[in-house]
Amino acid sequence: MIRITRKVEFSAAHYYHNPDLSAEENRRIFGKCNNPHGHGHNYVLEVTIAGEPDPVTGMVLDLKELKDILQNEIVERMDHRHLNYEVPELAGKIPTCENIAAVIWQLLAPRITKGRLDRVRLYESPDLFADCMADSANGAGGRA
Amino acid sequence: MKTSLTRRYRFAASHRLHSPKLSEEENRRTYGKCNNPYGHGHNYVVEVTLTGPVDVSTGMIANLGELDPFVEREVIEAFDHKYLNEEVPEFRASVPTTENVCREIYRRLKKFPAAQLERIRIEETGKNSFEFAG
Repeated sequence: MIRITRKVEFSAAHYYHNPDLSAEENRRIFGKCNNPHGHGHNYVLEVTIAGEPDPVTGMVLDLKELKDILQNEIVERMDHRHLNYEVPELAGKIPTCENIAAVIWQLLAPRITKGRLDRVRLYESPDLFADCMADSANGAGGRA
Repeated sequence: MKTSLTRRYRFAASHRLHSPKLSEEENRRTYGKCNNPYGHGHNYVVEVTLTGPVDVSTGMIANLGELDPFVEREVIEAFDHKYLNEEVPEFRASVPTTENVCREIYRRLKKFPAAQLERIRIEETGKNSFEFAG
């Protein structure tokens, strides 16, 4: 099996606030991230596809095809957006690195038709990232 | 699909690789420059990976407001700007190779109560790294 990884970047704003909690609880749990004016990050997204190379093309998945999927599904949806207000898939969720990575997984999985989605790694900063990984137990990860 | 969260921390420390179970000559041959009796140091980068359910009310596997002070107290305060051989008690009985530093940091952080520790990965320099997953 071969794994191929493509990287893209997007910049977006967010803040953390749970309307079911009091203002005091929100401040205590989320700290600076609770600032209602929001703040932003340069997110770096690494998407890994696993599979066998096609015997004719030698490719698991044409990286140009993956690049277009990432552009259309993720960058156009999230780049220079406010994640709390402008990304419907995140509605009702706190836009943490964990939740954004899971939404990205759900958006990409049905679009990967050659190979399978193996890992989504989302860096919020160089020192913090979330991984979503295929469940190796059933080998069905990424086939949606 | 399984989700994990990874946070990177840094500390700078000195060490010397020397095993009391080996002769002086064997130590020199085994550890080379790292056997210099005066010690040497590195800027270590520690990657801490946690797994567990994403809490619906916070969207988090672990709150960095809890993880950062825990790692600071358990690891950074104990290791940063220290001579590992002498000032971290566990390395009086074992050689502070980065393999053993991985195991020791894993042991200390396994106690983090709010999520499950999956892996410790340490970059000793930009060119080499070590992982321990229990």
